Amino acid sequence: MMNTMVHVEVPAADRGPAADRAIKVVARGVNVHYGEKHALHDVDLDIPERAVTALIGPSGCGKSTFLRCLNRMNDTIPVARVTGRIEIDGHDIHDPELDVVQLRARVGMVFQKPNPFPKSVYENVAYGPRIHGLARTKGELDEIVVSSLRRAGLYEEVKDRLADSGTGLSGGQQQRLCIARAIAVSPEVILMDEPCSALDPIATAKIEELMDELRENFTIIIVTHSMQQAARVSQRTAFFHLGSLVEEGPTETIFTTPKDRRTLDYITGRFG
Amino acid sequence: MTEHIIKAFDADLQELARMVAEMGGIAEKQIADSVAALARRDSKLAQGVMTADAGLDRLQREIEERAILTIARRQPMAVDLREIVGALRVSNDLERVGDLAKNIAKRVVALGSDLYPHNKVIRGVEHMADLVLAQLKRVLDAYARRDVAKALAVWRGDEAIDAVNNSLFRELLTYMMEDPRNITFCTHLLFCAKNIERMGDHATNIAETVHYIVEGHPLVDERPKGDTTASATVAFPGQ
Ligand SMILES: Nc1ncnc2c1ncn2[C@@H]1O[C@H](COP(=O)(O)OP(=O)(O)OP(=O)(O)O)[C@@H](O)[C@H]1O
Ligand SMILES: [Mg+2]
Repeated sequence: MMNTMVHVEVPAADRGPAADRAIKVVARGVNVHYGEKHALHDVDLDIPERAVTALIGPSGCGKSTFLRCLNRMNDTIPVARVTGRIEIDGHDIHDPELDVVQLRARVGMVFQKPNPFPKSVYENVAYGPRIHGLARTKGELDEIVVSSLRRAGLYEEVKDRLADSGTGLSGGQQQRLCIARAIAVSPEVILMDEPCSALDPIATAKIEELMDELRENFTIIIVTHSMQQAARVSQRTAFFHLGSLVEEGPTETIFTTPKDRRTLDYITGRFG
Repeated sequence: MTEHIIKAFDADLQELARMVAEMGGIAEKQIADSVAALARRDSKLAQGVMTADAGLDRLQREIEERAILTIARRQPMAVDLREIVGALRVSNDLERVGDLAKNIAKRVVALGSDLYPHNKVIRGVEHMADLVLAQLKRVLDAYARRDVAKALAVWRGDEAIDAVNNSLFRELLTYMMEDPRNITFCTHLLFCAKNIERMGDHATNIAETVHYIVEGHPLVDERPKGDTTASATVAFPGQ
């Protein structure tokens, strides 16, 4: 159709895998069954470090299932069976030598509904560092709590209420408290499953702003139903459909010129 | 392309495309009428072209409003967003084509009904206008069908128009040097030819927009440029 006279520009983001960032998480041939139900089919995905990767796709396509594989949360679901290989920094997370509690400290998780413990704001954040022995003194623990709250963009709003119950905060504040709690144990990877779906646009904007700052130090993987949010916050996007990974690439490419028809139909709101 | 889950979104996009097509029809007629007015020295027809230009301006404003509203309402992604941006761009080009036709019409009125000294150059201008009209028709068809191959053919076809413009330019320069009484008429014709050549450029812009809508990235390499009038010289007679 085109002759050699016409050269078309390849977007910079399309050159090279994962835009030159080191790969933090590698998934190969990952399958998940819930009893008889085959929920995830042969997923291969590389997730770059210090970037936000968005997982998108219709309800029930397996986004949360995949996310839960990465910190072995599916182990807590009796009917779930996970096969395939998942590596973080080149280490197999199913290695029997590996301590799952340590893994979950390295791979933190923030859920759709903010779920602070029914304890004080302070205790919510201090709990993880304390059980993982990250602070030797009360002073060190105070420091971790304050710096985590600051990084989560919550400190100014709660500094006079550190002893009050975390459940008494607004929804958006609770979600940022959960993010503070997740980053207090210095994780390397943060998984977020629809973290803004219960929040208003202002609280959402604050969380998005926060993700943008956090990605300088963390690898973030977010599940979202908002195309606009995925386009705004992520550098890479992966599209799941009926339990399979259909397409993955730079976010600009996925939202402007996806290669697979199913991706295009989904992001433009067409019947698939 | 399959339909959107939200039907009103399809209706929005279809209406935008329809309005662009309507502008295209008017722009084609404006070109044809302005050049016919020039060839027949028909001031009345020229007046009609000048009046009809307001219709193109109005449609362009309506397209702009509807496009902005659609973006705000639907937050379009990928090809949908490019459709809307494409409608904005094409309507801009068509509005400019209309302005150029109007400018030709004004010159027809300024020239009045004096006999033109050189019918041959008028034929040349008409020939060039025919080429441009064919280009515009083809590119509007490519836009309506989202046909990249056809758009690229238009994009490459602009060279022929530049070539005709170059030879007209030389011819007009020669007439002006032969007899200074030709200068007023020839200058007006020079501008008319230039206007038509620029209409052709707008047709190639539209071709680029069609490519962008469908492929999602711009055509980058330089279109073969055949306009050499910027450096054209003609030897004085007897030199
Ligand atoms: N604990 C479970 N037991 C049985 N089936 C499950 C379980 N969790 C998920 N599933 C099934 O696995 C499939 C994938 O579910 P998953 O929650 O991963 O989807 P999702 O993409 O996160 O959807 P949503 O966008 O609605 O959150 C679905 O068919 C779901 O019904
Ligand atoms: Mg889910």
